Amino acid sequence: MRFSGLRVIKEGLTGNRGWTPHWRDATPKDAYDVVIIGGGGHGLATAYYLARNHGITNVAVLEKGYLGGGNVGRNTTIVRANYFLPGNSEFYSHSLKLWEGLEQDLNYNVMHSQRGQIALFHNDAQRDAAIRRGNAIRNQGDDADLLTPDDLRRVLPYLDYEQTRFPIYGGLLQRRAGTARHDAVAWGFARGASDRGVDLIQNCEVTGIDIDAGKVRGVQTTRGAIRAGKVAIVVAGRSSQVAAMAGMRLPIESHVLQAFVTEGLKPCIDHVVSFGMGHFYISQSDKGGLVFGGDLDFHASYAARGNLPMAEHVMEAGMTLMPMIGKAKLLRSWGGIMDMTPDGSPIIDRTDVDGLYFNGGWCYGGFKAVPGSGYSMAHLVATGRHHEPAARFRLDRFLTGRGLMDEEGTGAQHNLH
Amino acid sequence: MRIEGAGLIDRDRRLNFRFDGRSYEGLAGDTLASALLANDVRLVGRSFKYHRPRGILTAGSEEPNALVTLGSGAAQEPNLRAPALELFEGMEARSQNRWPSLQRDLLAINDLAAPFLGAGFYYKTFMWPKSFWERGYEPLIRRAAGLGALSGQHNRDVYEKAFAHCDLLVIGAGPAGLISALTAARAGADVILVDEDVRTGGRLNAETHEIDGMPGREWAEEITNELLETGNARVMTRTTVTGAHDQGTYGALEKLPPDVAARAGAPLETFWRIVARRAVLATGAIERPVAFANNDRPGVMTASAVRAYVNRWRVATGRNVAVFGNSDDAHRTAADLIAAGVHVSALVDSRHHARTGLDVPFYPGGQVCNTDGRHGLEAITIATAAGTEKLQAECLAVSGGWNPAVHLSCHLNARPVWKPDIAAFVPADGAVPGMWPAGACRGEFSTRACLVDGIGAAVDALKDLGRRAPHMDVPRAEDAPCGLAPLWHVPGKGRAWLDFQNDVTVKDVRQAAMENFRSVEHMKRYTTQGMAPDQGKNSNIGALAVLADATGRGIPETGTTTFRPPYVPVSIAALGAGAQGQGFAPQRLTTSDKASRRRGAPMIEVGLWYRPSYFPAPGETHWRQACDREVRLVREAVGIADVSTLGKIDIQGPDAGRFLDFVYTNTFSTLKPGRVRYGLMLREDGHVMDDGTTARLGDQHYLMTTTTAAAGEVMRHLEFVHQGLLPDCDVRFVSVTEQWAQFAVAGPKSRDLLNEVLDHTIDGQTWPFMACGPVRVGGIEGRLFRISFSGEHAYELAVPARYGESLFRDLVSRAEGMGGGPYGMEALNVMRLEKGFITHAEIHGRTTAFDIGMERMVSPNKDCIGKAAAERPGLTDPEREQLVGLKPVGAVKMLIAGAHLFDKNASAVRENDQGYITSVGFSPTFGHFLGLGFLRNGRARHGEVVRMVDHLGEVETLCEVQAPVQFDPEGGRTRD
Amino acid sequence: MRITCPVCGERDRREFHYKGDAVALNRPDPDAGDAAWDDYIHTRDNPAGETRDLWYHETGCAAWIVVTRNTVSHEVLDTRLASDVVRGAGKRGGGVRK
Repeated sequence: MRFSGLRVIKEGLTGNRGWTPHWRDATPKDAYDVVIIGGGGHGLATAYYLARNHGITNVAVLEKGYLGGGNVGRNTTIVRANYFLPGNSEFYSHSLKLWEGLEQDLNYNVMHSQRGQIALFHNDAQRDAAIRRGNAIRNQGDDADLLTPDDLRRVLPYLDYEQTRFPIYGGLLQRRAGTARHDAVAWGFARGASDRGVDLIQNCEVTGIDIDAGKVRGVQTTRGAIRAGKVAIVVAGRSSQVAAMAGMRLPIESHVLQAFVTEGLKPCIDHVVSFGMGHFYISQSDKGGLVFGGDLDFHASYAARGNLPMAEHVMEAGMTLMPMIGKAKLLRSWGGIMDMTPDGSPIIDRTDVDGLYFNGGWCYGGFKAVPGSGYSMAHLVATGRHHEPAARFRLDRFLTGRGLMDEEGTGAQHNLH
Repeated sequence: MRIEGAGLIDRDRRLNFRFDGRSYEGLAGDTLASALLANDVRLVGRSFKYHRPRGILTAGSEEPNALVTLGSGAAQEPNLRAPALELFEGMEARSQNRWPSLQRDLLAINDLAAPFLGAGFYYKTFMWPKSFWERGYEPLIRRAAGLGALSGQHNRDVYEKAFAHCDLLVIGAGPAGLISALTAARAGADVILVDEDVRTGGRLNAETHEIDGMPGREWAEEITNELLETGNARVMTRTTVTGAHDQGTYGALEKLPPDVAARAGAPLETFWRIVARRAVLATGAIERPVAFANNDRPGVMTASAVRAYVNRWRVATGRNVAVFGNSDDAHRTAADLIAAGVHVSALVDSRHHARTGLDVPFYPGGQVCNTDGRHGLEAITIATAAGTEKLQAECLAVSGGWNPAVHLSCHLNARPVWKPDIAAFVPADGAVPGMWPAGACRGEFSTRACLVDGIGAAVDALKDLGRRAPHMDVPRAEDAPCGLAPLWHVPGKGRAWLDFQNDVTVKDVRQAAMENFRSVEHMKRYTTQGMAPDQGKNSNIGALAVLADATGRGIPETGTTTFRPPYVPVSIAALGAGAQGQGFAPQRLTTSDKASRRRGAPMIEVGLWYRPSYFPAPGETHWRQACDREVRLVREAVGIADVSTLGKIDIQGPDAGRFLDFVYTNTFSTLKPGRVRYGLMLREDGHVMDDGTTARLGDQHYLMTTTTAAAGEVMRHLEFVHQGLLPDCDVRFVSVTEQWAQFAVAGPKSRDLLNEVLDHTIDGQTWPFMACGPVRVGGIEGRLFRISFSGEHAYELAVPARYGESLFRDLVSRAEGMGGGPYGMEALNVMRLEKGFITHAEIHGRTTAFDIGMERMVSPNKDCIGKAAAERPGLTDPEREQLVGLKPVGAVKMLIAGAHLFDKNASAVRENDQGYITSVGFSPTFGHFLGLGFLRNGRARHGEVVRMVDHLGEVETLCEVQAPVQFDPEGGRTRD
Repeated sequence: MRITCPVCGERDRREFHYKGDAVALNRPDPDAGDAAWDDYIHTRDNPAGETRDLWYHETGCAAWIVVTRNTVSHEVLDTRLASDVVRGAGKRGGGVRK
């Protein structure tokens, strides 16, 4: 079924009785060309682009819970392409371009809103780093502009320019950055993949990966064995457990990242704004809730829930930066499990097992990467060759030290990125 | 309307308040909701999507409809629940999400368009043309969405945070909580009893039950007094536990009474972190509505709320009230109304075999299937086997059963368990370690059962604490079964609301299931069911039942969504209390801070420290003038700079040298006492962590300096290497950063100046470059280091911090007498650039010793932290970006830190990127800008001209690559 | 979250700095080879369940502590001084109560 305003009206006039499932719930077949483990944003996007770009449709996506139930459904919905190190630059640039045509491509309104992101800086050193970053973004062909405090007073009049602990020196604006409706991204890709013949199988947990003579043969699941020519592990948040089924150990530590939303409010924050002296970033959803977050809780965790110290720190940062949000009320907090890598950048690569591919390590940058990751992963799985924009996301970069992408400069301590 | 009789209101204390500009009168003890109802105000809000007229549904913090805004200006506070707002004199409340007025709301037109605005409609449209989303659709949606509004002004109110500790936290002061707290307090445990209401008692305040022969509310008062008399119990009313966290930490929000909060300087709210060794969850239960057509009209209320308004506030919620339920609870409501003299027009009980002794029109096996009214309920339609009947009613009290308030038990991810006899979820065993649920929150609904359970929970908790429980007699109380027959949805035409706030109807849930959003999480996210301010407290179970029905599954198989903190919304100002303005982070001030500010020096933040940027002199109009002057005065005479912010770590022990050899790339065990050496420290991943000088003050005594930024990280690192890798190394560390004030005395006249202040003169022989040792300054024991960050003959003089300010003044005034003076960070930066010295602009975490040209400092003769990883091929590749000096040679005579570098004729795109500039400054010494940066294979490219491009500032120029050190490369001035 | 420092007793998580897996205590020999070093610095078992990791009592006694914890439930099972663990001794802080 094609979605359109006309369709909404037609269905509305006939009692909304004609709507059909957005995707088929498939029963697992015995064998597929490709099995994708993980029905999150990245897994669904991989399936979609395998079908769309490569014509590979004999594909199953296996999801242990419900589609989109992982980090794609529990993030702060920010989409941007403002990285500055080679590898990240071209990848996120490509991903943003995909976002820009995603709704038409998927025929699904993911509410991608290019409302602009402003990263504030608070001293000379941060300004210099912002200029370096901004220039790297421009070198890549994406947009970045430096805002002076006067510019900011016009654009973000609600910041505390007088009393805040760390004065606001300026900001780096990316106009094409913004937000999207996270769940809709998963559903849109699910629908697109399903329409093209991909089997989406929920409540199907992979319990083993069958490998024979160095080649992957299929997977064992709670719904039986499934043979496969190729298997893709796309389970950020659970990467270490699934990779272990193939005998792999990963450069990944899992951490909890909290996110927060307030009750609905009339429009008051029109951009994505991030603080430079302590992790705090905020935007307002179309429904009116202020959606914001901060740093990891900083200890390895699979609990998908956080504790008060970081929650309070985030609110404290909000209060020093924009004290007008004081009377907004925190409605809900939640946590996601982050695959933290030693350099804070992701992995899209082959493994030592023939036919087994790995996608993970998205730290907390995975949401904006969804289209690009799926696109590049599909390319890798389909052709066996790295897709150029993601060619640096190698597993062996830690062993060799070549092509590390440590944007934070904090080194090989997983939780510091 | 207010009725006769004694409730928990003070009829002698009248309170004036306004709602939407109209004046009303309430009584002390009222909530805004009870006062509005007493004034027959039924329309109080509009729903989120369809802007349907809405009234008060509940009598508690779970209220989904009656959300109002209080106050104006900076004090404006949106989205407050009228039933949970204590009325105070002069309260100004406004309805929300309506325009131009609550009665005439233009967006009510949405209700007519409802067929097109069903679940998830927005995912299917608004996609064409593409650019219209940001410019057209989204702004319209955003304006229509949202509830109340923030003022946009900085918060001006006071909020606080606090910690509390106890043996037993009892959450909820209803019968179960009260008796539980009393049991524990009698056992001598340190007890905290919290309740969100203004008084203890819970449902007892709203019911006519008796305990031990006295009215329930009096019993509650008696128990509360007894609790307080034990001396080891604290009772915190107006306090809501918002979250259960790890190891017995609970968040709680305390709202201060309006009269207290109104005092100058008093907080409105305090956010508590309560650390409890054990806890009893006695949060009670929340009555659930039933879904039937047009069940959202003002006047349709939960039956328990109707009872509360009648019994506690003596307010009749209508002149004629109909009661509709599926358990004996409905009968209790009718009975209480009749006893209060309120006309009950019908008692509708969906159970066919129900009976009643009450003198009311009784409809066993009946269901309310529709309602009429515009801005308030006027009539209901009752369906029975005999057909339908329309009856007049201003209020309909609905009871669909009770949902235990299990929320806190789910905060650590435990899933609640379905209990078929009450058709509701109860907390799972061990859901929160150390927490026992008791009473109605565990599905024990009679008063007696709550009391028994409350004692039991306390006894278990006490046993776990190793305390003997006292003997407790169970008070006499009602023990009636509730006899519930599940009823979720009355079939029929028309929209039946589940989530009142978000306008989610039975149809929406069914449509979601039809579109394959069959998982409860999918349904929630697709329809927004349960995502409104009440977080589904009123509607989740009902929606779940509808979904289960639509998908042909049972409720427990369908599962639940997850309850997450906070239980009630918490203002950001409370959770972030103390941080507004300067409170966000500590301010670290040097001993020369006051003196520097007095000289007009603008202070800049360096980490948590403040340091002077420059010291303006009379006649100077631009910071560059001051900076240039300060550079010259150091280069020509003598300058003074406070360098106390650098980390100082005192290291002592027989193995100190060996230890330092392991943490530094170079060797310190061979350093002679009385000498200083520059050291480079790597992270274990082979990249540079920090640099600085370390002095050997004695055979077993070193003093390490770190950069200002990395002081904490280095301290942690040293402790880790010691305790975790070399525990047998006999060495100890202590940070002495704040114990010593340290000043750079730099310039050709530095020794002359020092010889004026030191008790003993020094000379080049006894104090050569890189010498260190004790000195006396005006009789004070100090330390002198002959080190230089400026490239001049220079020293750093350290004295105990309490002498810092006077030493700084003395040094500066003497320097000024010699043609010198103080210098700030700007001049310091220029001079280090002239010398090619690095800071964290260069060692930014991605650079190696190889990159900064210091690979020879990594001793080949020993192991050290980071050495193995630094030898990885990727870290020593000649194509890496290497540290270089830069000067502009193009038309533009300026360099920009952050600009990127390209080959002379290459276009400025990523593929051609050759490096970037890290630091720049104007060198008065050379008369042009100097920069440091990183360039691919840069050491081999000295003399080459490259292109610098700053897209952001639209500046580009050519610059010449040169060695990082430009000023006095042989170092003669330093050594002289 | 509460952690029992073997020296100071039970304290709020705010007093501690977290480093990561206690594998950091098993530093390879300098010449152990690239693979061993890569493993040490980057690769993690990352269990969903019981793990041992390193915490620093930064605003307390400056002890580095090996904490045995469950990464799913956040239960703290045991705490010991890192120096004792390395020496093979076992001065225990004990688990924080259930």
